[in-house]
Amino acid sequence: MIEVDRLHKSYFVHRRDPGLRAALRSLWHRPREEVKAVDGVTFRVGAAERVGFLGPNGAGKTTTLKVLSGLLHPTSGQVSVAGHTPQDRSREFLQQITLVMGQKQQLLWDLPPSETFLLNRAIYDIPRPQYQETVAELTELLGLRGLLDKPTRQLSLGERMKCELAVALLHRPRILFLDEPTIGLDVTMQATVHGFVRAYNERFGATVLLTSHYMDDVAALCPRVLVIDHGHLIYDGSLDELVRRVRPDKRVLLKLSRPVEARDLQKIGGIVSHTDAQAVLQVSQSELQTAVQRALAQLPVIDLTIEDPPLEEVMRELFERGVSEGAA
Amino acid sequence: MSLRAAARAYPALLRTGFASAVAYRAEFLIWMFSTNMPLIMLALWAAVARSGPVGAYSERGFAAYYLCTLLVRLLTGSWVVWELTMEIRQGVLAMRLLRPIHPLVAYSAENLAAVPLRGMVALPVVCILMWSVRGQLGHDPFLWIMLPPALFGAWLLTFLVMALIGTLALYFESATSIFEAWLGVSAVLSGYLVPLDLFPQAVQRIALFLPFRFLLSFPVELMLGKHGAQHALALLGAQWLYVAAALLATNLVWRAGLRRYAAYGG
Repeated sequence: MIEVDRLHKSYFVHRRDPGLRAALRSLWHRPREEVKAVDGVTFRVGAAERVGFLGPNGAGKTTTLKVLSGLLHPTSGQVSVAGHTPQDRSREFLQQITLVMGQKQQLLWDLPPSETFLLNRAIYDIPRPQYQETVAELTELLGLRGLLDKPTRQLSLGERMKCELAVALLHRPRILFLDEPTIGLDVTMQATVHGFVRAYNERFGATVLLTSHYMDDVAALCPRVLVIDHGHLIYDGSLDELVRRVRPDKRVLLKLSRPVEARDLQKIGGIVSHTDAQAVLQVSQSELQTAVQRALAQLPVIDLTIEDPPLEEVMRELFERGVSEGAA
Repeated sequence: MSLRAAARAYPALLRTGFASAVAYRAEFLIWMFSTNMPLIMLALWAAVARSGPVGAYSERGFAAYYLCTLLVRLLTGSWVVWELTMEIRQGVLAMRLLRPIHPLVAYSAENLAAVPLRGMVALPVVCILMWSVRGQLGHDPFLWIMLPPALFGAWLLTFLVMALIGTLALYFESATSIFEAWLGVSAVLSGYLVPLDLFPQAVQRIALFLPFRFLLSFPVELMLGKHGAQHALALLGAQWLYVAAALLATNLVWRAGLRRYAAYGG
C-alpha cells in the first residue's frame, strides 16, 4: 500500500545573525544551509495497517507525511502510495487519500461545516446515496448532530476537530495520514477520536499512518511504530518490543498499609517515587519474580501492580541515547 | 485534474463562493466602495473640461468614460494575488492541494462568485448614473454584443495575471511587492487613471500593444463605441490571445513552483 525507498528531503534555509549590521549584510550576502529533514528513510506499510510515526520535534515525521500525501516533492528516493507517485497528485491518487492536520483546517471558517461537506461531495464526485449514508454514519460515530449547521468559527476546538475528521473522510479514503489529530483536545475528545479512527480502519480496511506527541494516541491506535530522529528511521516494529528494548525494566507499584523506610524499599528495587501510602520501584525483568516475592513477604503491601514504564519516559530515553544506540 | 471533473464541481464551488461573499458582506461592501478612484478622477477631469474639451473629451465625455471604467472595474475585480500569497506563506495552500481539483480553478470560482453580489449592489447605481450620459455611449449593437466576452476576457486576464504573480510566492518570500509594481504601471497603461487617447502618441502606441489595455480600457472603448466592428473584433482576438498566454505562463510557473513548495507549518 505504501512503499518508501531511501527517501531524502532537504531544504535550504537562510541563516542571519540578529541586529542591523547583519540585516544590511544580508542584502548582498545570505548564507544558506542545507537541512536534511528526511535522510534515507525506507519502510513499507501494508493495507489496513495502523502505524504510528514517533519522533521529537523536527525529526522529519510531518515532512514524510507531506511527501506521502503529495504536498512535497522528494529530493531523492522512491515513494509509492496505492500504486501512485504522490507528487504527481493525480485525481485517482487524491481520491484515495486524506491528510488531517491538527493545526490546519479545510472547513470554511465562516460557513457551517455542512457547506464544506456539500463542496467536497461535488469535488470528490461522491454519488448522492453514498454521500447520505456516509454523512449519517459519521454523524453517528462522531456525535455530530447539531454541529453541522453552525458556522465553523462558532464551534469549540473539539467540535471543529470532529467535523474536520468527518469532512476529510467523506470520500471514504483508503489511506489516512493523520498529523497530530488530537492536538489541544481534552481526554474525552481524544478517546472519541481514537475510537473513531479505529472503527473507520476496521470498517473500511483503511491504512492509517499517524504522528502524535501524545503517546496515548499511539498506544491506543498503533500496533506498529516507526521511530524517526534527525531524519533517520531508527526503529520499525511493535510498540511493546520498543518498550522492552529501550526500557527492559518494569515498574512495581506498591500500595502500603503503613509507611516504610526507603532503605527497606531499596533492598527490593530502585525507588522511582515514595510516599507513606505507596511506592513505585524499578526492577529489571530478570529480578522481577524475586522482587515481587520479597515485597509481599517483607512489606505491608495491600495491593501490587506491575507496569511498563510510561511511554513518554521510554521515548525520552530513546532520543537522549541517540541514534547509534537507539533501539538496537 | 480532468476538465470534466472541474466542470462538474464548478457550480458547487460558485455556490460556496457566493455564500462566503455573503458571509463577508460588510467587508465586501467596504472593499467595493473603496474602488472609488474613477469617481475621483472624474471630478478632477470634469473640472478641467469645464473650461473646454480635453482632447476628444467634454465634461460629459469624461463622465461617461469614468462611469464605464468604474463599472468594468467592479465587474472584473479579483483578489487572488493576496489570498494566494498569504496561503503559500502560511502553508494553508496544502489543504487545497489535497483536493482533486486544481487550486486555481477553486480560486477562480471564489472570485467569480462575488461578481453577482457586486453586480447587485453596484449595477443599479452605475446604471442610473450612466443613463445620465447615455448620449455619450456607443450605438453599434455589434460592439455591445462583444462586450460580455470582452468583460469576461478582462476578468480572466486580471485573474490570471494576479494568479501568476501570486504563484511567484512559491519562489520568493512575498510576491505582493511585485504586484504593487504591476498595479502602478497598470493604473496608468490600462486607462484606469487617464484615458489612453489622452497620452502622447508615442506612449499610446506602446500602450496599445501591451496587455494592460485589455484589462480595462478595451471594454470601456467598446461601451463608448470607439471602434468599428472589424477593428473591435481584432482587438477581442488580441485580448483572448493575451488570456491564452497568461494561462500558459501561469500553468508553467505553477507547476515549476510546486516542486519548490515547502508547505510550511503544522
